[in-house]
Amino acid sequence: MAERKGMEVSIGMAETTSACDVDVIAAYPITPQTHVVEHLSEIVADGELDAEFIPVESEHAAMSACCGSAAAGARTFTATASQGLALMHEILFIASSLRLPIVMVVANRALSGPINIWNDHSDVMTNRDAGWIQVFAENGQEACDLIIQSFKMAEDKRVLLPVMLHFDGFILSHMVEPMELMSRDEVKSWLPDYEPQQRLDIDNPISMGPVGVPEVYTEAKMAGEAALRESYGPICETFESFGDKFGRTYKPVESYRSEDAEVLLISMGGVSETAMSWVDEQREKGEKVGLVRFRLWRPLPIDDFIAAVKHAKSLVVIDRHFSPGGPGGPVAQEIKSVLYNEERRIPLVEVVAGLGGRDITFEDFSNMYQKGKAAAAGEPTPPFELIQVRGGHYGKV
Amino acid sequence: MSRQSANPEWRELALGMAITEPGSSRYNRTGDWRSSRPVWVFEKCVRCGVCSVFCPEGCIEMQKDGLPLADLEYCKGCGICVAECWTGCIEMEEEKD
Repeated sequence: MAERKGMEVSIGMAETTSACDVDVIAAYPITPQTHVVEHLSEIVADGELDAEFIPVESEHAAMSACCGSAAAGARTFTATASQGLALMHEILFIASSLRLPIVMVVANRALSGPINIWNDHSDVMTNRDAGWIQVFAENGQEACDLIIQSFKMAEDKRVLLPVMLHFDGFILSHMVEPMELMSRDEVKSWLPDYEPQQRLDIDNPISMGPVGVPEVYTEAKMAGEAALRESYGPICETFESFGDKFGRTYKPVESYRSEDAEVLLISMGGVSETAMSWVDEQREKGEKVGLVRFRLWRPLPIDDFIAAVKHAKSLVVIDRHFSPGGPGGPVAQEIKSVLYNEERRIPLVEVVAGLGGRDITFEDFSNMYQKGKAAAAGEPTPPFELIQVRGGHYGKV
Repeated sequence: MSRQSANPEWRELALGMAITEPGSSRYNRTGDWRSSRPVWVFEKCVRCGVCSVFCPEGCIEMQKDGLPLADLEYCKGCGICVAECWTGCIEMEEEKD
């Protein structure tokens, strides 16, 4: 195993992408993703990686170029954030519909407006329905490991879907962290060369992306849904196989000190690391609190999640985005949906926090926990609440 | 490669709904879209071939005698041939049934 080296997470991710021996990178720089593609362009320019780096004129073009490149049978990578992800929105659906195994890392950042370059999950949550596999990293090592695993799961012939790997902008992207980076040989021993199932080839012509008339559009959507659902097995196999080979194991839903917990916090991404430290502190005080995180966001690992939380007296769901004028945060709404048919109704406290780069502190977790304890004790749970807001949530006395 | 059924179930769709048989668009007989058909008055036709060149379906063939013939299995009745013909020898005639 490689030695642990301190470096910026974005640089480590670029080095790891290079170690995956990608063929094409088409990307447009955007804060806080910039260092990933900037460093990759240096690696290509220095001749360390034999790849095409396409400096496109926008993210819309980036994803379009990625679709073309993947359709031609090349291992394809891109990276973006926030407004960039929004600009490529319409092409995301095409990439998944065409079953192109593109890997994209997203340095999660708030959407404008007001313009804000800092971290939350509004860019993720407005792209939930794009038909991509979506995975969250919580620290730099995971972000690097998951790039390699993303290629493995995307290119699996039972999967053939694009993968979005989320890591928190600045909180992770600009963090200097000790990481074990893998060499190209190490990666190659586990991630085989990409062999496309079908590709654009003049000797064996096919047409990709024909019109889906009303007589076939419904069937195409069902096929996409089935592909994403069925990717669950190969994703789990990928996590396990990576763990067997390299000693770091990942799961679709991950739990921390949750076995006998009465109140469970539910989180995603880098804030989970802070939450784990806070849980440790509370456990020392004898509080029965734990943490459950979604590693895999699409396909939603429904059964794993229910198994992880069904014993709890209450759940506190932390959303980093909410739907204005809607019922609350998207993660909480999905959790409510999947728990609806459970025999026992688990009280749910829905909080929205950490918007546009506002830190979620131990004090915030303690505040959430008090709400969770009240719900566990049978007090009624109010609708979602944007905590941390000066003046209090709209409509609350 | 066999022709895909007209109304496939979702499991029968090719990966990413790709079309794997070159030229299979010919199975779509677009002639039944037509509400009017082009009719030539050959006395005025100078056999220039403009109608054939501009036909977006490529379904007007210049025959051995130099006169154009529209394949009504595929002609959608768009009327571009009428608009482009500079001798005015084509007219659109409404389909009766």
